[in-house]
Amino acid sequence: MRHKTFLWFFLPTGLAMLLFIALPIVSVLVQSVFAPHEAVLKEVENCTPLVGCVTETTIDQEATRELRENQPLGRFVGLDIYLDRGHLAVAEVGQAWVDAATWDEFWHRLFNLPLYRALSFTLTFTFLVTPLLILLGLMIALAVNSLHRHLKGLMIFFSLLPMIVTPLIGSLILFWMIDSRGIIGSALVSIAGDPNFSLKASTGLMWVSLIVYGVWHSAPFAFVVFYAGLQTLPKDQLESAQIDGATRWQQVRYVVIPHLMPLVTFVALIQLMDNFRIFEPIVGFNASAHATSLSWIIFNDLGGETRQLSAASATSVLTIFGVAILLSPVLVRTWRDFRGKT
Amino acid sequence: MFVKNLAVAGAFAGLMGTAAFAAGHGCEIGARVSIVGNEFPAIQTVGAGAQECTGAEVTTNLTADHQKINVAGMQGNPAEYTSAIIANSSIVALMNEDVIRPLNDLVETHGDGLQPGQLIRIGGDVMAVAFMANAQHLMYRKDILEQIGVEPPSTYEEMIEAAQMIRDQGIMENPIGGAYAAGWNLAQEFNNMFLGFGGQHFKPGTAEPSVNSEAGVNALNMMKALSEYMNPDFLTHDSNATNAEYRAGNIALLNMWGSRAATQTTTEGVTDAVKNGHAVAGPMTVGGGSTPASTLWWDGWTVAKNISDAEAEATFLAMKNAIRPAILEDAEVAKQAVWLIEGYEPTDAAVGVFEAAKAGTTPYPMLPYMGLMHTALGNELADFMQGKESAEQALADVEAAYTAAAKEKGFLQ
Repeated sequence: MRHKTFLWFFLPTGLAMLLFIALPIVSVLVQSVFAPHEAVLKEVENCTPLVGCVTETTIDQEATRELRENQPLGRFVGLDIYLDRGHLAVAEVGQAWVDAATWDEFWHRLFNLPLYRALSFTLTFTFLVTPLLILLGLMIALAVNSLHRHLKGLMIFFSLLPMIVTPLIGSLILFWMIDSRGIIGSALVSIAGDPNFSLKASTGLMWVSLIVYGVWHSAPFAFVVFYAGLQTLPKDQLESAQIDGATRWQQVRYVVIPHLMPLVTFVALIQLMDNFRIFEPIVGFNASAHATSLSWIIFNDLGGETRQLSAASATSVLTIFGVAILLSPVLVRTWRDFRGKT
Repeated sequence: MFVKNLAVAGAFAGLMGTAAFAAGHGCEIGARVSIVGNEFPAIQTVGAGAQECTGAEVTTNLTADHQKINVAGMQGNPAEYTSAIIANSSIVALMNEDVIRPLNDLVETHGDGLQPGQLIRIGGDVMAVAFMANAQHLMYRKDILEQIGVEPPSTYEEMIEAAQMIRDQGIMENPIGGAYAAGWNLAQEFNNMFLGFGGQHFKPGTAEPSVNSEAGVNALNMMKALSEYMNPDFLTHDSNATNAEYRAGNIALLNMWGSRAATQTTTEGVTDAVKNGHAVAGPMTVGGGSTPASTLWWDGWTVAKNISDAEAEATFLAMKNAIRPAILEDAEVAKQAVWLIEGYEPTDAAVGVFEAAKAGTTPYPMLPYMGLMHTALGNELADFMQGKESAEQALADVEAAYTAAAKEKGFLQ
């Protein structure tokens, strides 16, 4: 394709990407280095029903208005917000490093900070769920593919259900089932023989539930992709493997998986990104006491009575960096392949 | 003939009366009104009351997520919403962003029928008109307390004693309920207990936190002691889940919102034992203090700043029409809340909130930085409740998290 043709061809997509991806990122970047003006406070008399009048502090709007009009973006704070306790917590981590006598103590203090606590769960979740869902998706795809053709349609539909169910609804259903009065919860209570046994009260078990939910929810995606890939499997290769006396496992290991490998990379890429941004199950499971994620922190910053836009923006930028770091090995490989070809 | 004429005249007069009623008791407005607010029965009544006005369009957007949209919806010029229905915690966000207008002149010209106590005055300006009061207070099962032979608890210490007796007698395993879900609810329960122990969230006159104090540690230890008598899933139970436990007959004692008292036994699926045994009382004190471990709340409406004076006037009239004393003639409406409207007679469900007011319950702090403190408490206290860290460490974390947020928002340097 000539460069000019390509340019015209790409223009609509390029414009959309600029509008919906590049501009929001720039806006978030700008918001993360600006913070609201320092508030001018004054004491006033507040009178409210049933209580009467008390002296309380409020913002002096007259004094603040001028500041706001002169610099509508707020005050420039540079990287201050990135470095504060709610984000990278540089000072706190440094202090913990100096004070901590043992590694244990250092980790304990590190994971007491919101961002690192969220990262510890997010990364555990990402690196456990992604391989597990690929494995499960592959197994389902192989199983469905070997079914009689009359059964296939029905099984595909049922296998896709977890993905069709809205994430929030799906997590709520599981949440109610594992409640100490829910079906799985009470079953566990009778198995454990402890009436106070609760899945939701234990951090470890809550993590397990979230990971199980994550695999359950995303495996159908891997299944669909792999199932499509299986339809293009070269029959002759498989037949020659059979003639050579390969067992079913050997056929899968040496013929099917190498054939599906590009798809595995694709699913891994998409799912690494998705799982790193885990959010709905944490809300659905009411799990914030045990597990948080970067997306949950953003939601929490914006959901309070006083919205922290700058803090949320800084976390968003850190999330983008996180995704970039996660995907860099794959991206570097793709780039090398590309360079190798030209 | 004369008789016939009279009948026609009478019918005509009757018709006129109905017409006047349909026109919202003569509520005639000349500009658009747009309301954003929370959604529960009392606020829906207010929204519907405003929509009775004729002459211009009145729209409402009542949603539990109101506080996520009201600031943004009032910052534009002209503002999308001409009125936001808020509580004493959420008015702060609107005042911080300077999006609501003082109502002094509107109260002067159209304020007849509003009681002085309804006017929320901040530094001499009327910033909101309150229509209902709310507070958390004790709800209990009188049948179960009779069974163990104790009076309804007036302190949290008595509550624990009663709970221990209920457990010992094998009536219930976990008799105490509480909205202890990590986040807003847990922070609110801490606020209650902290104020009950005489704590102050901030050093007077400043935005410096002071929760890491003796009162703070005592409050957390009391919450931990109570949680020993709660369903082990308590950190995931918000007010709805706690109410469900109560309605199902699984708990006997709880600190719950007064606004939920009237509907506590009217929902489907409430057992007869709960229906007959349900009772309310005032909030409890703690640690020998005299101030109840609770907070006093009001709900009211505001008028946006970035709208024309005509729209502001129309909004004021429509909102005033929504909370006119005549709405209390409907018995259902009268039960929906503890109304601050003239002529309101407390119902049985209102006892708890009135007791709270009488006992001198502290109002929820109306400070520009209280929202940040509430968020910090909600995020950092769960570790202590799970036994993962000490009360002092949890409170130190709260102060550190609050300080970072307050620096960002410009409240602390």
